[in-house]
Amino acid sequence: MSVRPATFARTAPVAGPRAALRGFLEREGIFGWLMLAPGVLFLLAFVAYPFFYGIFLSLEDRRVATQGTFVGFANFVTLAHDAVFWQVAGNTLVYVAVTTVLKLSGGLGMALVMNQAFRGRNLVRAFLLLPFIVPTALSTVAWMWILDPTFSVVNWLLVHGKLITSGYSFLGNATLAMGSLIVVNTWRGMPFYGITLLAGLQTISAELYEAAAIDGATGVQRFLYVTLPVIKPVLIIVTMFSVIFTFGDFQLIYALTHGGPANATHVFSTLSFDIGMSAGQLGMGAAVALAILPALAVLIVGLTIYLRRE
Amino acid sequence: MVGGRGIGGRILRLYLPLAVFIVGMLFPFYWMLITSIKPNRELYNAKIMPLIVYQPTLKHYVDLLYETNFLLWTYNTMLVAIVTTAISLVIGTMMAYPLARMRFPGTAVVAIGVAATYLVPQPLLFIPMSDIINRLELGNTLTAVMLTYPTLLIPFSAWLLMGYFKSVPRELEESARIDGASRFQAMTRIILPLCTPGLLSAGIFAFTLAQNEFLYALIFLAKSDVRTVPIGTITELIRGDVFYWGQLMAAALLGSVPVAVIYSFFVEYYVAGLTAGSVKG
Repeated sequence: MSVRPATFARTAPVAGPRAALRGFLEREGIFGWLMLAPGVLFLLAFVAYPFFYGIFLSLEDRRVATQGTFVGFANFVTLAHDAVFWQVAGNTLVYVAVTTVLKLSGGLGMALVMNQAFRGRNLVRAFLLLPFIVPTALSTVAWMWILDPTFSVVNWLLVHGKLITSGYSFLGNATLAMGSLIVVNTWRGMPFYGITLLAGLQTISAELYEAAAIDGATGVQRFLYVTLPVIKPVLIIVTMFSVIFTFGDFQLIYALTHGGPANATHVFSTLSFDIGMSAGQLGMGAAVALAILPALAVLIVGLTIYLRRE
Repeated sequence: MVGGRGIGGRILRLYLPLAVFIVGMLFPFYWMLITSIKPNRELYNAKIMPLIVYQPTLKHYVDLLYETNFLLWTYNTMLVAIVTTAISLVIGTMMAYPLARMRFPGTAVVAIGVAATYLVPQPLLFIPMSDIINRLELGNTLTAVMLTYPTLLIPFSAWLLMGYFKSVPRELEESARIDGASRFQAMTRIILPLCTPGLLSAGIFAFTLAQNEFLYALIFLAKSDVRTVPIGTITELIRGDVFYWGQLMAAALLGSVPVAVIYSFFVEYYVAGLTAGSVKG
């Protein structure tokens, strides 16, 4: 480092404790850690500590405003014998898997359509992202009314289009309720895939396509052998991000169905809320939340490794 | 582009799918608007065509503003979003700068820690967090959410800003320091101004995330006068089984306006942040 002597040369005339302090503060490790300290301390106190405290709670029989008693893995054993817990695990899996497939394919379609040149493209892109930026709880309110048992506009269209004779109860039927959640989550998340994949597509140079066309590649071949390999990293990262966040989804389900009817749309986060907050069984609630940790840990570690390699 | 088959092909490949996407993505917003200005006799009449409004009224908006705490919720939401965005930008910058531009013992561990805290979902933390907030006696105060939102926003801002800070050449900083600038001066006067787009992206993103937050606000804010817009709307405008749909939609629309306005001014930065966060990593 040729930098340090120059700094010292300037501060030399005021030699003494202040110059020494300044020299000390200018050391890379000292300066760096001073900058990091507030953030690191905050994250240790409000992320790391609650995380480990949650593990501790899950090993206790603990109700709101009482002292807990240590029960080991009893909460997890109880859950393993609970049919609702396994139903919730299945629901979560269906919810995450189906929405991911829909968001990925729909988002890729959106990106391919948007990658063509047309007037007003930036404006359209801005509008297509709206579902993603508007507060979820508020847009879900609009969906509640769209799916209302009596006044659903979807039912109105279907009945007046003579496709059905009487309207569906979208949120009252187990399958339809899960289907509705999947539609709303896809609606909200698809633009995220669409716009990020579009950014990936725009890095592909036109020459690559021309070269492929000269070699006689068909549209499908161009997609498979030119487009897909280039956007693969983006595709993988976006999907993993989205899967992790869909796993932790809470507000959409809480607002739209509350986990009902009869637990048909409960996922880990809403069940954990019902047990931990509404019923006040903190220990059991923490155990439900922690049940997603193994799957989540695999995803997070996988994504972190992939990001560092990129 | 390739394989042009005249206007017919363009309709099939561009305009038709584009129309489907636009209608599909924007219909719920149209529905919010139209419902919020329909009089009740149109809202609750299954006989008439629901897609248009015959006699628009602002009654639901007036009721919302005069009969509920909506304005107070809006104030709470904005206050919390602005404070937490500011905190998160400052601390996020302080973390991202050394992580992106320096090598000293501990950087790798902290960088991984930031990524991990960004990815840990809220449902894993909210039960222990509620106990902590109770013990700090912060229940039903805006301080509770001002303290907890940054757990989501700081890792995100730091993560996003690291990418921007890395892109500035090292020489700029080094020449500034040869001219006698301290590390702190080099950062605030040379690097940060160059990274204004990154700071804007992170700021807008943090602001939208803060407006969207639901779980912590739901748990910590149980009294009407401290609630945020999403919580107030979901818990108070839905009264038992009776829905005030006109008011609900007015609230949903008005509650979305601050985010939409900010977003419309800075849409390029928002998209840049979105893609930098997931593309550059």
